[in-house]
Amino acid sequence: MSTALIWDEKRAGEIIDAHKSMAGATLPVLHALQAAFGHITERAIEMVADALNLSRAEVHGVVSFYHDFRRAPAGAHVLKLCRAEACQAVGADKLAATLRETLGIDWHETTADGRVTLEPVFCLGLCSCGPAAMVDGKLVGRADAKGLTALVRGKT
Amino acid sequence: MSVRAFVPLDSAAVALGADDVADAIAREALTRGVAVTITRTGSHGMHWLEPLVEVETPKGRTAYGPIKAAEVSGLFDADFLAGGKHARAVGPVDDLPFMKAQTRLTFARCGRIDPLSIEQYRAAGGLKGLTQALTLGPDATLAAVTASGLRGRGGAGFPTGVKWKTVRDAKAGQKYIVCNADEGDSGTFSDRMIMEGDPFTVIEGMVIAGIATGATKGYIYIRSEYPVAVGIMNRAIEHARAARVLGDAVMNSAHAFDMEVRVGAGAYVCGEETSLLESLEGRRGQVRAKPPLPAHHGLFGKPTAVNNVISLASVPAILAEGADKYKSLGAGRSLGTIPIQLAGNVKHAGLYEAPFGMTLGQIVMDIGGGTASGRPVRAVQVGGPLGAYFPVSLFDTPFDYEAFTAKGGLIGHAGVVVFDDTVDLARQARFAMEFCAIESCGKCTPCRIGSVRGQEVIDRILKGIAVDEQIALLEDLCSTMKLGSLCALGGFVPYPVLSALTHFPEDFRARPRSLADVA
Ligand SMILES: Cc1cc2nc3c(=O)[nH]c(=O)nc-3n(C[C@H](O)[C@H](O)[C@H](O)COP(=O)(O)O)c2cc1C
Ligand code: SF4
Ligand code: FES
Repeated sequence: MSTALIWDEKRAGEIIDAHKSMAGATLPVLHALQAAFGHITERAIEMVADALNLSRAEVHGVVSFYHDFRRAPAGAHVLKLCRAEACQAVGADKLAATLRETLGIDWHETTADGRVTLEPVFCLGLCSCGPAAMVDGKLVGRADAKGLTALVRGKT
Repeated sequence: MSVRAFVPLDSAAVALGADDVADAIAREALTRGVAVTITRTGSHGMHWLEPLVEVETPKGRTAYGPIKAAEVSGLFDADFLAGGKHARAVGPVDDLPFMKAQTRLTFARCGRIDPLSIEQYRAAGGLKGLTQALTLGPDATLAAVTASGLRGRGGAGFPTGVKWKTVRDAKAGQKYIVCNADEGDSGTFSDRMIMEGDPFTVIEGMVIAGIATGATKGYIYIRSEYPVAVGIMNRAIEHARAARVLGDAVMNSAHAFDMEVRVGAGAYVCGEETSLLESLEGRRGQVRAKPPLPAHHGLFGKPTAVNNVISLASVPAILAEGADKYKSLGAGRSLGTIPIQLAGNVKHAGLYEAPFGMTLGQIVMDIGGGTASGRPVRAVQVGGPLGAYFPVSLFDTPFDYEAFTAKGGLIGHAGVVVFDDTVDLARQARFAMEFCAIESCGKCTPCRIGSVRGQEVIDRILKGIAVDEQIALLEDLCSTMKLGSLCALGGFVPYPVLSALTHFPEDFRARPRSLADVA
């Protein structure tokens, strides 16, 4: 998507330095690294472990526990679709089925052209105007397949 | 003179196009050469009218909604800036039946003021509670919160005053206030709305909690699914520091209190207080066994009051208006007001703050207006993914902690999710198990493995295979999960599952679904 996502060890070091003195720094550091590089690389885990005086296994454990952290880059667009009950009540299951078919991918997968990654989310707090979705951070209420497809296909 | 227009910045309004509407108003005003000042506010909570645009006329604020960006030019044609007639005019917000019948204590300012203006906050009654707490001192402040009858709004309904007293009595150099803004329950958004629409109320509540307990540092743990709330809370904290509401000398008193935002990472279980503390400390969000209670041994091993956003946000009004007024509202042992969140397939979806005690039927039918689809209501899930499904025959249940427990349910964080007659409760039961399997922290076998078995059992039921045996198995499994789970994730999943089975048995014996249907 943008050059900002290319791994840069010096920048990674700066990001880690900027956060490492926080109490309970692991999550803030990982969030910042993922924001900068799109995912958490093996090297990043090593560096975080060193800086925070943790074992690599511990940092691995944290990265794998939380749904937000990615070990591999996502597609150019990330489509998060709410799968929780309030959205189910207004057709979220059907919407998800349609989108999986249109995009030709299942949950957590990326289209072959690398354009779209589809992820489930359990509630965006938009339960009064579902089905709810988030496309690259943009919130969408009363989402429909046509609008969402346009959002992920139309943009570059 | 510039006319003031108000457009919500609330995530629900934004998800329905509020940003585009605000842009369109600014653009159209420029083109037409009229002076308009746009203030972005929280939402009043009438989400079916969002984006709801308000303008300040000589006769007061009047509203138009729902508005699409494409309709903005038409609004100008109708002279909406002077309160002109338009098909989408709804009049003054306070005159609408949905608003009129509410008792807004916690949400008194939400939707009305600029969420980041501390001057407007103060002018609308903000900081009165904190001023009162500083006058009363820690003991009397604690006594007022105890006397108000306030119970935790995060789900368990534990008396807030009792929790604070435990922290106050604990001997330690450092104590913490942790605000739980993980709000993972489907059908709930009151934490989000107050953080976005009136963040200073949350901050004020946390400072008061600090004074009452002797804590000088606070953390607010906000789920990552709430980027707008994270941004607003961060800015509000900076404003509060500048105004000396936070800092070494809170409002020039001898009390110190400061706080910071921490962002979750997409784990539902991190809403459970000990898991949340683990996460704040930088670890996997695995639930800790209690005791020790967080009030004794919490964040970084120090005494910690963990409270839900709404619990804390209710405190300023309690101190400002008095504990007596607060406890005069409500029913039974559920005192004060509760922000009910109407969600799912409901006509008037949004937030409704009222004293405890209304019946579920009043909430869904009278306030909610029935389903959005126009079909009959069939089931209502109250209290999030771990809450029970209620049939219409239980609509006489009053909204109160004990009354819901008596009917095999729970209020939780007060989310009310409405389903019409197309819902399949066997599938909802399956989803409850699936959700538990996905979000389990993995510590207890009944939760981690039981939820996977639960899905398999329900899959066989859905396919019509040996249904009677499978139902017996499912009931067994539920009792194992109830008894053998450390926290309410595994322990309460039986609520949605068994309530579906009890109240909607026909769905478990319906014609077999095809495999594709089940998946
Ligand atoms: C699985 C699970 C998830 C929870 N999620 C939340 C949550 O998102 N927000 C919350 O305030 N409490 C949540 N709770 C309840 C907290 O453990 C705790 O009781 C609450 O934060 C205490 O605050 P209160 O007394 O002000 O309600 C959850 C509990 C469990 C078992
Ligand atoms: S019940 Fe589930 S989520 Fe709760 S502690 Fe046990 S394994 Fe973890
Ligand atoms: S259930 Fe989908 S946004 Fe809350």
